Amino acid sequence: MEILNYAFMQRALLAAVLVGITAPAIGIYLVQRRQALMGDGIGHVAMTGVGLGFLLSWSPVWMATLVSVLGAVLMELIRWYGRTRGDIALAMLFYGGMAGGVMFINLSPGGSNANLTSYLFGSLSTVSEEDVTAICLLAAFVVLVTLGLRRQLFAVSQDEEFARVTGLPVRALNLLTAVTAAVTVTVAMRVVGLLLVSALMVVPVAAAQQLSRSFAATFAIAVAIGVTVTLGGTVTSYYQDVPPGATIVLLTIAAFVLLTALATPLAKRRAKAAGRPVGDPAECVLTESAEQTVPAGRGG
Amino acid sequence: MSEPVISLRGVRAELGSRPVLRGIDLTVNRGEVVALLGANGSGKSTAVRSVIGQVPVASGEIELFGTPRARFRDWKRVGYVPQRTTAAGGVPATVTEVVSSGRLSRARFGMLRKADHEAVRHALELVGMADRAKDSVNALSGGQHQRVLIARALASEPDLLIMDEPMAGVDLASQEVLAATLREEVGKGRTVLLVLHELGPLEPLIDRAVVLRDGCVVHDGPPPKAVGQHALPGHDHVHPHEAADAAPIRTGLLS
Repeated sequence: MEILNYAFMQRALLAAVLVGITAPAIGIYLVQRRQALMGDGIGHVAMTGVGLGFLLSWSPVWMATLVSVLGAVLMELIRWYGRTRGDIALAMLFYGGMAGGVMFINLSPGGSNANLTSYLFGSLSTVSEEDVTAICLLAAFVVLVTLGLRRQLFAVSQDEEFARVTGLPVRALNLLTAVTAAVTVTVAMRVVGLLLVSALMVVPVAAAQQLSRSFAATFAIAVAIGVTVTLGGTVTSYYQDVPPGATIVLLTIAAFVLLTALATPLAKRRAKAAGRPVGDPAECVLTESAEQTVPAGRGG
Repeated sequence: MSEPVISLRGVRAELGSRPVLRGIDLTVNRGEVVALLGANGSGKSTAVRSVIGQVPVASGEIELFGTPRARFRDWKRVGYVPQRTTAAGGVPATVTEVVSSGRLSRARFGMLRKADHEAVRHALELVGMADRAKDSVNALSGGQHQRVLIARALASEPDLLIMDEPMAGVDLASQEVLAATLREEVGKGRTVLLVLHELGPLEPLIDRAVVLRDGCVVHDGPPPKAVGQHALPGHDHVHPHEAADAAPIRTGLLS
């Protein structure tokens, strides 16, 4: 394939695969704890990091990692302490992050909003070798956390209170989830773009749920969908000369629609199979329930 | 027999600025089954949640297995069954996956070994849900879901079971399974603290009832003879108990 002859496309494809793996891998925990939009918030905060990177002539990817990790930790702290005004504090963090990014990039020499565009919506030709190194390291961290600690993260995301009573370090695990989500945002930033990252964390998981009954299967299917759409989107973007981020996100949504359409008859068949009684009493057995309630007073 | 497993002394707790517990004393000894009763808002759930560290305590002492709660780390000895509403994630999960979470307190670094998988399967057998092990928890009825949460608590083979309203919203068949499970666990010498709205089918198992009202203990002793709302202080008990009451209720539709 001629597409593989170009070094920039090799880098872009590698980055795309890593995004396809990592975004759903952390996204599944965010969806499980009903924080599906957290990735979007982190994406906004990361803009300040990109802007600072330009201003200080530092790597925008590492700077974005640093700032979004700090932002994610702050969001987690707000979740603990600021129950009543939490949403407003988060809004300030999100839009402050976005405004900071625009401000810093315009303050940097020769910088304008145009520099920001490739970070906001993703771009193939600009993934540098330095970016690829950073993306590989960060992706390794995300995979290590999301797979290595899957049982702990599952328990905490499923039922935080119960997890605490099993002695799990719930606060540390929550912080780790937030930090991992922030790292994933910066992994995905170059290919999908900061404003579209969250879609890749959430939509593959939602699509996978149409087919699966278990968490493990949802995880595997979501990652498979993620890799398929990021590779497909990157290749399409190359041949059709369309922006990669938008292509990937539209493909993901198409996958969701397709799987939902396929899953509806499947769910019906399952419901029919599960329709047979499983030891529960039939409804409306009035005398039996009456007998149960009345003698209870004499039991002791 | 008088080895305290749970011990609360003068515990006060506030939610917001509202005092919910106003200095309660509660001791649960080893092998005892204690029911915590009271009307809505009497503080019974808060009392239980203070024991497991979910509610900050303003003053007083709490000990678990003789260790001050703040220093207590041996969580594998405690099996907790929260009120059912708290355990619904946004992603499907199988019965086995949920119950396996309960085993994490015994697993090192979150790795489940063969014996751990065995314990999870055994816990599911105890609540009669082994045949649903691979089903999604979202497909279960309220009573089956409750049985799964109890299996999750039993998976770590705890010495102490703490259950918050285990019978709320549970169908009759599941109530009977739960009562039987609990009877078996009590037979093994487990200590149980239950928050209950009414004694119901668990009544024969209960050694002692502690009744709360407005954050204070108003009764600590044998379970009240009457059930449910009848047992609560403030209930206006006007109708006589007669033998005729014991007959099944006739609706008159068939006779």
